[in-house]
Amino acid sequence: MTAVVVPPGLSASAGSSVRYLTGSWRTERPVYMSLLPPCSAACPAGEEIQAWLYEAQEAGEGYERAWRSLTQENPLPAIMGRVCYHPCQTACNRGGLDEMVGINAVERFLGDQAIEHGWQFEVPVDITLSHKRVLVVGSGPSGLSAAYHLRKLGHEVTIYEAQEATGGMLRYGIPAYRLPRAVIDAEVSRLVNMGIKIETGHRVTDFAAETAGFDAVVLCVGAGVGHHVNIPAGHAAKVMDAVKLLRDTSAGSPPMLGRRVAIYGGGNTAMDAARTAKRLGAEDAVIIYRRTKEQMPAHEEEYLEALSEGIRVKWLSTISEVDQGRVVIERMELDAEGRPRPTGVFDEVEADTVVLAIGQDADLSVLDGVDGVTVDNGVIAVDEHMMTSRPGLFAAGDAAPGDRTATVAVGQGKLAARNVDAWLRGAVYEAPSREAKALFSRLNTWYYADAPLQSRPELEAARRTSGFEEVVQGLSTESALFEARRCMSCGNCLECDNCYGLCPDDVIIKLGPGRRYEINYDYCKGCGICAAECPCGCIEMIPEER
Amino acid sequence: MPELLEGSQAIARAVALCRPSVVCAYPISPQTHIVEALSGLVRTGKLANCDYINVESEFAAMSVSIGASAAGGRVYTATASQGLLYMTEAIYNASGLKLPIVMTVANRAIGAPINIWNDQSDSLSQRDSGWLQLYAVDNQEALDLHIIAYKIAEELSLPIMVCMDGFVLTHASDVVEIPTQEQVDAFLPPIKPLEKLDIAEPRSMGMMAGPDVFTETKYMAHQVMFHANDVIKRVTREFEEAFGRPSGKPVRVWGPDGEDRPARQGEIAVIGMGSVMGTMQAVAPTLWDRGVRTRLITLGSYRPFPATSVRQAIGAADRVVVLDRALTLGVGGVLSFDVRRSMARLGIPLHSVVCGLGGRPITEQSLAETLTRGKAGDLGELEFMDLKTELVGKVG
Amino acid sequence: MAKVNIPFMQTGTLVVGNRLLDEQDRSVQAWQDRASSLTHGHRACQGCAEALAARWVLDTAMEVTDGKLMVANATGCLEVFSTLYPESAWKIPWIHSLFANAASVATGIAAVNAVTGRGDIRVIAQGGDGGTADIGMACLSGMFERNDDVLYVCYDNQAYMNTGVQRSGATPPAARTATTPAVGRQPGNTFGQGKFMPKIAMAHEIPYVATATVADLRDLEAKVRTAMSHRGARYLHVLVTCPLGWGTKSADSIKVARLATQCGLFPVFEAEYGELKSSTKIRERVPVEDYLKLQRRFAHLFGANADEAALERIRRLADRNIRMYNLLPEGAAA
Repeated sequence: MTAVVVPPGLSASAGSSVRYLTGSWRTERPVYMSLLPPCSAACPAGEEIQAWLYEAQEAGEGYERAWRSLTQENPLPAIMGRVCYHPCQTACNRGGLDEMVGINAVERFLGDQAIEHGWQFEVPVDITLSHKRVLVVGSGPSGLSAAYHLRKLGHEVTIYEAQEATGGMLRYGIPAYRLPRAVIDAEVSRLVNMGIKIETGHRVTDFAAETAGFDAVVLCVGAGVGHHVNIPAGHAAKVMDAVKLLRDTSAGSPPMLGRRVAIYGGGNTAMDAARTAKRLGAEDAVIIYRRTKEQMPAHEEEYLEALSEGIRVKWLSTISEVDQGRVVIERMELDAEGRPRPTGVFDEVEADTVVLAIGQDADLSVLDGVDGVTVDNGVIAVDEHMMTSRPGLFAAGDAAPGDRTATVAVGQGKLAARNVDAWLRGAVYEAPSREAKALFSRLNTWYYADAPLQSRPELEAARRTSGFEEVVQGLSTESALFEARRCMSCGNCLECDNCYGLCPDDVIIKLGPGRRYEINYDYCKGCGICAAECPCGCIEMIPEER
Repeated sequence: MPELLEGSQAIARAVALCRPSVVCAYPISPQTHIVEALSGLVRTGKLANCDYINVESEFAAMSVSIGASAAGGRVYTATASQGLLYMTEAIYNASGLKLPIVMTVANRAIGAPINIWNDQSDSLSQRDSGWLQLYAVDNQEALDLHIIAYKIAEELSLPIMVCMDGFVLTHASDVVEIPTQEQVDAFLPPIKPLEKLDIAEPRSMGMMAGPDVFTETKYMAHQVMFHANDVIKRVTREFEEAFGRPSGKPVRVWGPDGEDRPARQGEIAVIGMGSVMGTMQAVAPTLWDRGVRTRLITLGSYRPFPATSVRQAIGAADRVVVLDRALTLGVGGVLSFDVRRSMARLGIPLHSVVCGLGGRPITEQSLAETLTRGKAGDLGELEFMDLKTELVGKVG
Repeated sequence: MAKVNIPFMQTGTLVVGNRLLDEQDRSVQAWQDRASSLTHGHRACQGCAEALAARWVLDTAMEVTDGKLMVANATGCLEVFSTLYPESAWKIPWIHSLFANAASVATGIAAVNAVTGRGDIRVIAQGGDGGTADIGMACLSGMFERNDDVLYVCYDNQAYMNTGVQRSGATPPAARTATTPAVGRQPGNTFGQGKFMPKIAMAHEIPYVATATVADLRDLEAKVRTAMSHRGARYLHVLVTCPLGWGTKSADSIKVARLATQCGLFPVFEAEYGELKSSTKIRERVPVEDYLKLQRRFAHLFGANADEAALERIRRLADRNIRMYNLLPEGAAA
């Protein structure tokens, strides 16, 4: 440094301290992280939930940006916003503060906005970009998802659907009061608009011949066959399976059930069947389940909605005999391990019809006469790339291993599509490795205002059971926005400026909207205030190496 | 136009003519009449664009002055004695910050024992404060010195104490010439601070200096003091040209023969500051006639100390008598200390005559007796004039 | 001008900024072009809340005055760490004179600005608790009494930190300092001594007195705005955590200040002309122990030789503050 003559009053120019680098004091450095939020980690469809909520938080044009961000992973937000059991919400860190964020409701809001405003997917410029043709068998959630992602990747995609209408279990397994058909139609037609060909009423019967012109095939045939058990039944007993009840009702030819209906099973299908029975005129719908309420696989809210519609449940009961107008049930009790066991005590329930909702099987008739495809436990075995034991043949959804929910199906469809794409290019798909998870303990919740969950309005029970009108209504724009803004942005910068404003050393550089921040390490002393006071925990203090 | 005025009133008038922005003071005798008069001038609007600030202590008075001066204002304050000591910390600070504040010190003794009367212990205790100290012989010079002081202070960017003997001058009525506003305006341009708080060019004033630059800072301040000698000479010359009076000369030499020349053999050089030199001037002709020839060397400036001029003025005197109005205990007269340094190796004996402490009258008779003894070679190195030996007990 | 309560926007009113808000509704600290009146390169300890609070106060005042601001600073940490020649961390006209006289220096600056037709330039004096409540109190009281147009800001870190953590008149009871060691019959600082400067300021019946902490930026900025909307003497007392003197982790500086308010030991309020006008309510009340335990200066109150009697007295102080300044939200049990 050249010598500077001391001024008479020994004054100094403004901000001349920048010559003094205090960064050398530091033993730890703050680093901005991008952590995996629990919602995204829990989403079977792999949605970047926090990312699209971030866009939605900005309202206005943010909604379309949010929808476009969401549909990068899942093409069916209006559908999934209605039927997804939202494991994202169960995982949501906000549950540790007040109540989880109503992600599902916002997803539906965005899906409905898209339908209302006619937002379309961007179509790849060249429809034969890859010169590859892929067949998807089945237009349920996995099939639609697979087709969408394959199309986005530039492939020519055709769907063969055995039923007369698209949607698979979305249409034939989920009652209209939960998922209006117009919603399915709208989201499917958007897929058609991006160039996906769908042939309905096309059941694949000759696999070899019908797949001959395709470079790859994805089987998304679902699990639409009701599982049966042998129950002693009188000749006049009326027993039907829940899948058929739901399918026929959806197809417009509901069966005659009588006044009193007993539903056997404790899953969501049992709830759907019971609620559908009510809507078809049954005065009494009773669910018979062999275990306890705590062990019931149905989702809590499905169960509560069923209860509010007057559905009864007999816990710890098995059907031992069915006859005309009555069902004999045996009381069960839990053993030391919590498993139900018979007590030898019997009871009777009046029932004109017994609906079996004890599980569904995959319809694997498509594989009749096809060699080299392993079937395991009733589903098509696939490797980690969703490919069956036969090269070029992939499977996803309920017909493949995994949880049988629409959201899992969407996720598997996407995964299958990405693997198909890689396989077609002679490559191997590698799922992006996910960062460390943004745990609740990382958050500084002081900064989040108290904001209660915005519940979605519901139809009153009396109106509900008289028809198939949608029970759960969408959020108002105001509520949807509020709900989106309840997101705490766990582990990812939300540009709250806390680091920038709370740095005692003025070393954070604010880069401007959407561009976040940088740290000037020439001066940062590593006090750690930025990390401690970051609401979303996206700053990590990392020891300096000396 | 000549006016008969109390010294304090004259000072107030002179200060007002200098158009200060801020006058801030805490009352203490014998300074009170000055600031009372100024507060009246501000209240009546005769001193416009000026704020008179009543503060709670001398420390605050100097601190307000520091702030006002740092903001670029022309600032005035006045104090004395205990008040000067109470503001001492701020006094050093003002000079270190290079703020051209002008302060009247109505010289008064320092207690305990408490004593409100005149000597020069107060201002001389601030010898090392970094302020310039100018001393007035009479009220006309005191008045003129304020106008001169602002010009010097602002050129050097240093604060100045204008010292005048308390009561002896401040409360004495004299005929003085009050300059016109036009004259003062022509002599003293608006303040142009070397450095000030400025929103257009923000700087930090009052920095901490480490061992790396502290010495250099002090060295430069020291050099500025030498330069100040020249500035005082020039400005007082300019004042004389403008106003026709030789006020504020750093060193003025006078003898009853009317000649402005250094002392010669056979003469006693009498050195002092303030009103005592007026008394001395009255007694000198009589002594001359009795063969006690004195050459009076009146210091208008104590800081900077005009050592070269003093040495020159002493010339070939037989001896030097310093009239000390303040005592550094265990050493002797304060002024003598400085004079002795300036006449090193001249080989001329110096007699420190401590006189007029705490308002003890300095009579013409006592001065005559003392100098007569000096002529006879009877003066010791340190003398206490008019010491009542009967009141002094045995020490130790 | 009251604190603006912004609507719910993902985060509430407690974060610095919020991309969802209009620029003008964000705090000054959120602005890309904030003044950064005290910028990097200063030598404050890691996690120094005084450095932080000073930037907040002055940046807000710079915004309110459109850059027409001058500052007089008392001797203390803030002065020493910011202005070691030849490097100054201040980006505003700034002067340090002495320990005790910041208020008077500010008076002088304001007076000159006023008489020279630059009354639009506003003046802030600032210092630590020692420079304010102890050695500087006479000058401060004089400035208040004259109602000079100065905002005086005290950054209260509750001891003489610059000289090595000696007790000041603002040191809380039981706190260990270098001159009130945690030994003897009554370890730490004496109960019943010390002074709470905001109340003394209120006794001067000046236009505006407020307290704030580094735990609530928006509250602090609103108070600076209110203060600057008044002419005359104003006083802002900001509690600033001192990691060195309090024995806290540097990263906890905001948290500790927050706990000071949430336990009731530091009341956040504002007063006009000597009258209490409003208080910032406790949001999540916590026991005083939550606040004390994070600080080594209170460590002797806990552990093997826990001083339950002292703790009880401190609890009563918190309770008294809560009553006196009405710190609980409407409807909350006292």
